[in-house]
Amino acid sequence: MVDSLADPLLRVEKLVRRFGGITATDNLSLDVMSGELHAIIGPNGAGKTTLISQLTGQLAPNSGTIHFAGRDVTRQPAYRRSRLGLARSFQITSLLPDFSAIDNVAIAAQAHDGHSFRFWGNARKEIHLRDAARSALTRVGLEARADVPVSELSHGEQRELELAVALATKPQLLLLDEPMAGLGVTESARMVALLKELRREVTIVLVEHDMEAVFALADRITVLVYGRVIACDVPDAIRNNEEVKRAYLGDQHVVVAHV
Amino acid sequence: MTFPITPRNIVAALVVAGLLLLPLYSQLTGNIFILTLFTRIVIFALAASSLNLIMGYGGMMSFGHAAYLGIGGYAVGILAFEGIGSGFIQWPVALAVSALFALVIGALSLRTRGVYFIMITLAFAQMAYYIVSGMSRYGGDDGLTIYKRSNFGGLINLSNRVQFYYLCLGCLFGGLYLIWRIINSRFGLVVQGVRSNEQRMQAIGFHANRYRLVCFVIAGTICGLSGALLANNTDFVSPAVMYWTRSGDLMVMVILGGMGSLFGPVIGAIVYLVLEELLSQFTEYWAMIMGPLLLLIVLFARGGIMGLLGRLRLG
Repeated sequence: MVDSLADPLLRVEKLVRRFGGITATDNLSLDVMSGELHAIIGPNGAGKTTLISQLTGQLAPNSGTIHFAGRDVTRQPAYRRSRLGLARSFQITSLLPDFSAIDNVAIAAQAHDGHSFRFWGNARKEIHLRDAARSALTRVGLEARADVPVSELSHGEQRELELAVALATKPQLLLLDEPMAGLGVTESARMVALLKELRREVTIVLVEHDMEAVFALADRITVLVYGRVIACDVPDAIRNNEEVKRAYLGDQHVVVAHV
Repeated sequence: MTFPITPRNIVAALVVAGLLLLPLYSQLTGNIFILTLFTRIVIFALAASSLNLIMGYGGMMSFGHAAYLGIGGYAVGILAFEGIGSGFIQWPVALAVSALFALVIGALSLRTRGVYFIMITLAFAQMAYYIVSGMSRYGGDDGLTIYKRSNFGGLINLSNRVQFYYLCLGCLFGGLYLIWRIINSRFGLVVQGVRSNEQRMQAIGFHANRYRLVCFVIAGTICGLSGALLANNTDFVSPAVMYWTRSGDLMVMVILGGMGSLFGPVIGAIVYLVLEELLSQFTEYWAMIMGPLLLLIVLFARGGIMGLLGRLRLG
């Protein structure tokens, strides 16, 4: 899927973000090609979530640029990037707790279906929004839980719902921040199977600690350490990269052992 | 639309029936006082319902909502004073000025969140209070007497107690219906989504503050209508109606009745104002009883009276 001749869907150049004395994103450049599943790994504190937040617009970089689908989106607010086709899931589940599962998804579909300054008609009776929400729920296997309030869903179901919400915005690029976090073995396996299907339809940037999943899924892997890219290559090359092994120290065995 | 038979809906239906039949009871028993009291209650119920729209559904804790009572009231009072007695002019002006005020205050206040939002809305309302206190042409501190109620031609006579009561009740039911439509609309879902998780709403593509602001303006406009009604009810408007304690009263009505429940503020207004009336007959320190009562509600019944009813089961 990696096509070096094509323009990247996402191009990050010389991104810098500091928090006080700490440089969480350190002159970071990154290209994500259309159609690839690009994993970002790195030890705790490597600045993965900080990077995702800058890509989606929740956090402004100190310097550097972000181009998405050929446009400079560096200064665009989060809601506008979402409209351009950039969707994210959150590392710590971030849903609408007072809403039912289907309402969570339907409102995401609503955000990308005309304007919402409509004050009179019952939004829950807009068939096309409900259908779009139902099909996103079906994709992640939550169709039977559509009317359950989010607060009553299990953690695993909430992770799946995060994904359904992102899918309902019909994204070109899906940024997934540790979708397996806190999932059990079977739940993780289901999530991997799901991502395997999704990658055929949408470009994905996957931040994940589960190395087994990363090496099974990724076309390319970028390794972050202290906010810097120390390697960016196909999984096999990353596995044998000396610098990556050094950075992970003990963790290198995890990397090698699981694959 | 369906209304399942729940304790909440039964209470709401009984209250609606009671409010509709109240003038009949008043006529039969010759008890004029109860009609006067409930006219006031109905007007405050509308104001509290408008506050509920932003507080309960929008998560915006405005501590300056009484400002619109004063703005609506002064629009009527000042126009009457200047010789414009037609309600067809007074009331649209009252609504328009309230909307404009809400737009400006909202645009500035909604940059903040939480406690800062509470403080800044309070500050703006107090500013409005001092401005009208300084308008010496219109009575300043002493307020402005309205010698003639708004004139709607032959359509309705506001000086007739029963007609005026039904007008207020019509405004309340109309307002509630409007709010009910809004909260189930696309717009309403977005506003409730923003209350629930603003970051998430931004991430899926909503410019949260735009929706908040429009909601804030709608609520201010509805409250401006209550202000116009209130001024007609008392034939008088003074800065006191927009003092911060009035904003506090409105908040208490909403919390007492049940934040984020459509009918809650109506129940809240009834309970609060009836209690105030009863308790103040026994002691001028009636707030000493009201205070602890409110504390109990906040501590043990987080959804207010409607929340308590919601937890009851039939049979």
